[in-house]
Amino acid sequence: MRAHHLPPESLNPQLSTPLSEFLQQLLNGLSLGAIYALIALGYTMVYGVLRFINFAHSDVFMVGSFIGYYLGKHVPESTVWGGLVILLAAMLGCALLGMIIERLAYRPLRGAATLNVLITAIGVSLLLEYSGQVFFGATPRTFPAVFPSANYSFGSLVISSNQILVIVVAALLMVALQLIVYRTKIGTAMRAVSLNPKAAQLVGVNNDVVISFTFGLGSALAGAGGILYALNYPSIDPLMGVMPGLKAFVAAVLGGIGNIPGAALGGLLLGTVETFVNGSQWSTYKDAIAFAILIIILLFRPAGLLGKFTVEKV
Amino acid sequence: MISLPSFVGARLVRALLVIARSAATRQSLYSAAARFAPRFLLLSLSVLLPHSASAASAPSGDPIKLGHYGSLTGKDAAFGVATRKGVLLAIEEINAKGGVLGRPLAYLVEDIQSKQGESATAVKKLISRDKVVAVIGANASANSLEAAPICQNSKIPMMAISSTNPRVTEVGDYIFRICFIDPFQGAVLSKFAATTLKAKRIALLTAVNSPYSVGLSDVLRQDFTARGGEIVAAQKYNEGEKDFRAQLTAIRPLKPDVIAVTGFYAEAALICLQARALGIDVPFIGGDGWEAPQLIELGGKAVEGTYYSTYFSAENDAPEVRAYTQRYLTRWNNEVPEGVSALGYDAVYLIAAAMTKAGTTAGPKLRDAIAATKNFPGVTGNTTIDAKRNSAKAAVMLTVKNGRSVFFESVTP
Repeated sequence: MRAHHLPPESLNPQLSTPLSEFLQQLLNGLSLGAIYALIALGYTMVYGVLRFINFAHSDVFMVGSFIGYYLGKHVPESTVWGGLVILLAAMLGCALLGMIIERLAYRPLRGAATLNVLITAIGVSLLLEYSGQVFFGATPRTFPAVFPSANYSFGSLVISSNQILVIVVAALLMVALQLIVYRTKIGTAMRAVSLNPKAAQLVGVNNDVVISFTFGLGSALAGAGGILYALNYPSIDPLMGVMPGLKAFVAAVLGGIGNIPGAALGGLLLGTVETFVNGSQWSTYKDAIAFAILIIILLFRPAGLLGKFTVEKV
Repeated sequence: MISLPSFVGARLVRALLVIARSAATRQSLYSAAARFAPRFLLLSLSVLLPHSASAASAPSGDPIKLGHYGSLTGKDAAFGVATRKGVLLAIEEINAKGGVLGRPLAYLVEDIQSKQGESATAVKKLISRDKVVAVIGANASANSLEAAPICQNSKIPMMAISSTNPRVTEVGDYIFRICFIDPFQGAVLSKFAATTLKAKRIALLTAVNSPYSVGLSDVLRQDFTARGGEIVAAQKYNEGEKDFRAQLTAIRPLKPDVIAVTGFYAEAALICLQARALGIDVPFIGGDGWEAPQLIELGGKAVEGTYYSTYFSAENDAPEVRAYTQRYLTRWNNEVPEGVSALGYDAVYLIAAAMTKAGTTAGPKLRDAIAATKNFPGVTGNTTIDAKRNSAKAAVMLTVKNGRSVFFESVTP
């Protein structure tokens, strides 16, 4: 039988100051915020191009995690190339899923009342969640450690390699997204469709292709978010997308829905606020406080932090 | 040119929307389903029933229906699935020996899917549609609290399996439990932390939306402070959450000797993982909510050396425990029985013994017989149902060693 005495000082007591705890919480908040930002990007992109909230986005995120779970069995654990293969496979798989959903569920309703499409989106979301329960089983699974994981400490500040991975990958994907939207032809076409779909068609843009591409891109981001989330919180189940999806949607609105840097900012802000409140004595109210901040910001800046209302010109 | 898939797809979606819009069609579809569902269920049950009565001295007559509700799927599935195995083993053994009062026992189960609100529906179904004579369940106190008023009002005895919150049996005199209660468990954990782990400062992590966790934390806090210890931090989380780094970062600088997590295994495993990643090395302790194979599956090395209290250890040397463990291993493919399986097993035997003593399965007489149970020889220990309808039992502390839960010590506060 082991007797436990006081543990040896594994942390330098001098550096365990309020400042270092603040920095640790900040780090935790940034990595959580990066995940929200990644998911929020998908919401904001689809809204920006189509003026439509894709409620099924959080479930595509969940499917991404499960793709990673099943593929993780065929790839050696804890290798960088293995992890990258899984990340890319999940992004591709989700992009395909997103395009299929658009094709089957949303395209036939194009031009119909917005409410109908919204209800369809909710329907697709529920379909994915509960089919997931049927096919994957409702019990949570343990996500394999597909990237090599280590913990780095700087004084009493500890950051795990998975957290660094989230921040780096999220940043890279956001930059890539900005480049695609502003520097490529398809990006220009996306912006054209978002400004005025009929005019875009008049100048020769194939709306169907652009919209499919938008969904594919957004879903690929959701897939990446799914893998990164599962790396940090290795317990996955078919309903895992609900809460992060809701928070990411709120983050997208907070930053200005339709605005890509806005989604990133909203995600980081929400993640950081949530983490700080979670570590304080009011942790039970963390969601209430986060959403209260959303309401207050919307009162003063109704289009979100970085959004602007576009005036409809006749 | 219209391609076939898009044509079909579009028509399908339009058709579904039309159906959805037509309220009349929806109503008739629902009522048709409602009409056929009970028939289908009874049909499938009657196919399954002969299986349970296949034995040498085959009991005959109307089967005695025992209802069981628990989470067979979802986050808390480990408890429901393990309990079901213990219950089924007991029912099969009893039927092989001739049943109860010459009649076979029939097992009816409802899955509450680890969701709020499902327990009430499940129990209503078991009582009004399936006409069970007694209800077994649930594991989590939250679910038992939901279902207890229904059993009480219908005058059907309910035997809670591992619901340790004292409020469960306070609902009414038809509600019993086969496990100990949190005032006992909290005192056990407090004594263990203070005397065995020699801790003077504890940090508490409580799941605020679980009555079990809140109750256990309260008792642990009271008892530990009464012993002269100090609660240096009391952090909270919600069940279903995945990120506890914020709470752990807040606990870290306060340097507790031990951290107590009074919630369930899914969060406990993640908490241990994240704590070790943050450099927190102190031992973790928990209650019976930790006991599940997923704790070790998910927690891996992070849960090595943690301790938790439960009702039963398969390594107990008592002859009846060894015999039961052997029978369980044989029946369920070499799976080692857990605390809740043993409790489920004992629950069935206790109810069967009460039925035999009362000579009937009618609600009020059965209830009285159960309430009068004294020194029932269960595999989880000698069980007496006390005046508050709880069972007084010893608790065991298990620890995780080399990827398995092993017996550490038996504690009485």
